[in-house]
Amino acid sequence: MRRLVPYLDTFGAVALAIIWIAPLFFAFWAAFHSTSDAVNFNLFSPWTLDNFRTAWEGAPWLRYFLNTFLLVTVVLIGQFILTTLAGFAFAQVKFPGRDIVFILVLLQLFILPEVLIVENYAMVSRLGLFDTIVGVGMPYMASAFGIFLMRQSFKSVPIELHEAARVEGCSLFGILMRVYVPLAKPTYLAYALVSVSTHWNNFLWPLIVTNSPDTRPLTVGLSIFGAPENGVDISVISAATIMSIAPLLIAFLVFQRQFVQAFLRAGIK
Amino acid sequence: MSKHASLERRRQAIYGWLLLGPAGVLLTTFAFYPSIATLWSSLFSRGTRRKPAEFVGGENYTDLFADPTFWLVVKNNLIYAAATIPISIIIALAMALWANSKIPAKGFVRTAYFTPTVLPMIAAANLWLFFYTPGLGVLDQIGSLFGLPSVNWLGQPETALWAVIIVTIWKEAGFFMIFYLAALQTIPADLKEAADIEGASRWTYTRRIVLPLLMPTTLFIMVNAMINSVKLIDHLFILTKGGPSDASKLILYYIWEMAFAFFDAPHAAAMTILVLLVLGIIAAIQFLLIDKRTHYQ
Repeated sequence: MRRLVPYLDTFGAVALAIIWIAPLFFAFWAAFHSTSDAVNFNLFSPWTLDNFRTAWEGAPWLRYFLNTFLLVTVVLIGQFILTTLAGFAFAQVKFPGRDIVFILVLLQLFILPEVLIVENYAMVSRLGLFDTIVGVGMPYMASAFGIFLMRQSFKSVPIELHEAARVEGCSLFGILMRVYVPLAKPTYLAYALVSVSTHWNNFLWPLIVTNSPDTRPLTVGLSIFGAPENGVDISVISAATIMSIAPLLIAFLVFQRQFVQAFLRAGIK
Repeated sequence: MSKHASLERRRQAIYGWLLLGPAGVLLTTFAFYPSIATLWSSLFSRGTRRKPAEFVGGENYTDLFADPTFWLVVKNNLIYAAATIPISIIIALAMALWANSKIPAKGFVRTAYFTPTVLPMIAAANLWLFFYTPGLGVLDQIGSLFGLPSVNWLGQPETALWAVIIVTIWKEAGFFMIFYLAALQTIPADLKEAADIEGASRWTYTRRIVLPLLMPTTLFIMVNAMINSVKLIDHLFILTKGGPSDASKLILYYIWEMAFAFFDAPHAAAMTILVLLVLGIIAAIQFLLIDKRTHYQ
């Protein structure tokens, strides 16, 4: 019995892995076969790119890709700037009221932007940012999570480095840029991976604030493309899905270790 | 000297607020102000062109409590939470134990478990559509091999919510696995050696040593899973749109529908406030648990 246990382990682990990857595998298979071959699981049927051709012509995918790319870039730049400044203030600058403000920021971890869709929609419209990429990204820029992450990272920088730079006549902002930011590189990388994959995948908020193909990100475009009203069949939907997840999926498979480390670093801190 | 010190302190304060400024403005604009505005607008009636909005106090809330759909949605969301939280935690734990054990094909196994995490929920829903479609879908095809009749998984009230639940579990279990995996790697190897010398079985080792050591991680994951049970609703847009007859409708989806399909912002606001209350309770639990966690270590 004891001898059997390792085999059972392997069997269980691999079986679960196969179940877990199956939806992706089937979609991949369907995307490269004609609908009737796909649903009949005709294993010897010919492979085809027709579904991709149909899907590609069915929607402005290039524009959607560009929009998603712009969106994640805008969000990331905004987050880097804002969370660096705020994280530094919470970590290394002493001023009255700091702790109370920090608790307020932590509270925002639980006020999910997703929940405040109604008022945020009104706010974005009021600011004239409805149906703009900046409007989609803005509510996420001052991320409480990011501020917290940066604060933790800056707190671990030895104070001697700070003092040394000050003695050398470096201004506070200079110290931040020359001492703290370079030392926090791994945190920035981790945060970037988490942020990019979160916003690449975000759906509900972009659905609400975008209204035209010129701003719509991939997820919203994909949902519109696959809507039953459009009557596209399962193979074409699979092709569109595979197409839109390909960049992130390939990046993940190539940089798997970094991805996993990033999620860990972001989650544990 | 003391004058110099107070000057320095004042300078620090100015720097502090300057640094916080940009983030503070955006947090106020997109989190604090909207929260208060939501509370405020939940106390007013829906304004129309003829009849401007007027103060109605708790009427929107009493309307909600009298609305059977609201209670159905609450019930659905409770089932959703009660199913997705424990099941995804247990699967995540099993995945982590396996991905951490000495088995062949470990790389493949880890990748397979984690991959759904990097996919958008919308794409996940599209993938599963292929499983659930009646007649053509993978599930029905497998069923027909065993002579089972075709089932419209997404189209009947008894199964629609469960179909949605399965997609959520599929999506989040691999993510939670990562945290378990990290925790498992911090367990010192001599504990395992000691257990082996004492002749403890693997089950005893897992139950008496590993699981207690994983407790803080489990709490952390649990809070995340609770938040996800409010937040993860994107797949509803593809799979069921909350139907049939609201059988798979979840609260956040209902808020969206209320505000952007029925244009009833006040009732959406009232529901948002109730969700914020629940999130506040989760936050309180987390802060209390974090307290415990520091005692624990």
